[in-house]
Amino acid sequence: MRGLDYLAAAYTAIWIAIFLYLLAIGRRARRLEREIDELRRQEPRDR
Amino acid sequence: MDDSSRIWRDRILPGATGAFMVAAIAMVFLVVPSEREQGVVQRIFYFHVATAWICFAGFAIVAGASIRFLMTGSEGADRLAHASAEVSLLYTTLVLVVGPIWARPIWGVWWTWDPRLTMTVVLWTIYAAYLMLRRLGADDDAVRRYAAVLGVVGSLTIPFLFLAIRLWRGIHPAVMIAKDPDAGLKDPMMGWTLLVANVALALLFAWLVWLRTRLIRIDEQVAALALERARA
Amino acid sequence: MWAIVRKDLAIELRTREMLSSLFLLAFLVVLVFAFALEPERLAGAEVAAGLLWASVLFAGTLSLDRSFGIEREAGAWTALALLPIDRGSVYLAKAAANAIVLLIGTAALLPLIALLLGTRGIAPSAVLPVVVLLGVAGIAAIGTLCAAIATRSRARAVLMPLLTFPLLSPVLIAAARATAGALVGRSASEVGSWLLVLGGFDIVFLTAGWLTFDYVLEE
Repeated sequence: MRGLDYLAAAYTAIWIAIFLYLLAIGRRARRLEREIDELRRQEPRDR
Repeated sequence: MDDSSRIWRDRILPGATGAFMVAAIAMVFLVVPSEREQGVVQRIFYFHVATAWICFAGFAIVAGASIRFLMTGSEGADRLAHASAEVSLLYTTLVLVVGPIWARPIWGVWWTWDPRLTMTVVLWTIYAAYLMLRRLGADDDAVRRYAAVLGVVGSLTIPFLFLAIRLWRGIHPAVMIAKDPDAGLKDPMMGWTLLVANVALALLFAWLVWLRTRLIRIDEQVAALALERARA
Repeated sequence: MWAIVRKDLAIELRTREMLSSLFLLAFLVVLVFAFALEPERLAGAEVAAGLLWASVLFAGTLSLDRSFGIEREAGAWTALALLPIDRGSVYLAKAAANAIVLLIGTAALLPLIALLLGTRGIAPSAVLPVVVLLGVAGIAAIGTLCAAIATRSRARAVLMPLLTFPLLSPVLIAAARATAGALVGRSASEVGSWLLVLGGFDIVFLTAGWLTFDYVLEE
């Protein structure tokens, strides 16, 4: 592999990792917010 | 959280991060001249080194936040410690992935036990241990205290780690010395590129920690709400 | 002060179980390594030293886990926190007891390893007991703290090594190298830097444990 290939691999790895992390955070945040909405919707029934 | 700090964190921080990232990439790929000895591959070094020192800074943040939590019980400090540890783990993982990618063309081997890489591996395990404790530790609130103590104690090991590893692996074959990544920052543009890369990755770290802290807070909200409902 | 000594002695009674499990486990680890990697390859002072500390680390970590086992099971965790002595002293007492157990175990293990792997070229110097003492103190310091932290977790058995190994990396490195030197007759000055690392580590972490134990025992 030429030097350029390694360079590309390194930076690609960095970007993929950051992107995946952001994705993971985003997905979990959305799921939790949906849960909050559900929990909040159910509350008035108990009052 | 008041509106002004929201604007700061939702707009300015990611904005600044993005701007510096673009600048850094531009400098690394377009502006800075190639290093004569290592060629194009050396360009990895700018992001690699920047990521690496932030891993160490991460420990300082975790330790500081942990101490603050132990002393004042500040929940914000606890969340900061947790989030910083996680993002630091991400950065440390990157160092361990990019390191071999850089090492292979330069040194001919994927991995060496030179002081820097060895140190990074242990750092990784300490961060991982902290996060495992968070996940597997006691079920109640006490886990925050335990994690904080671990955060402090873990960070304290670093100087000893540094010393022990230096003494152990520092005196090593000429292979390493000849191609030391730090040697040969001849062109001043290289220094600037490194600086910009550092700022970009530091801002990214701050932004990721901020996002992760928000997630933790939502997590806590959900847990509290679920608890309320269970009691009702 | 008396309270600490009494606590220490009370723990000694428990330590007989800890000691036997420690020794047995460590011995098994040595066997595992001997079977997994040809025993002939494991000859020499360096390997013996490394194997000694590796097995003590593995076995010690798992045995130390029992350190707070009785308090936890008897529900005496809160009682421990309410003792009329300060919590830091509880930590030091436990750590001291654990250190003694580890010391005995290690001292017994070393000749056994030398026997199993061959004593060629081994001429221990006077600094060997010092190295063992300093190394064991480090394991006890961190191990006791982590045992207290991990004790209330359901995944305690896994958590103990997870927490202890990374923190004890400097001790493992320094103790193994210093012991290797001591086994071939190096003097204190030659392994001096390792001794400093170990000594410094012990002081710092015994102090850190003493200072933070309040937070660990809080209810």
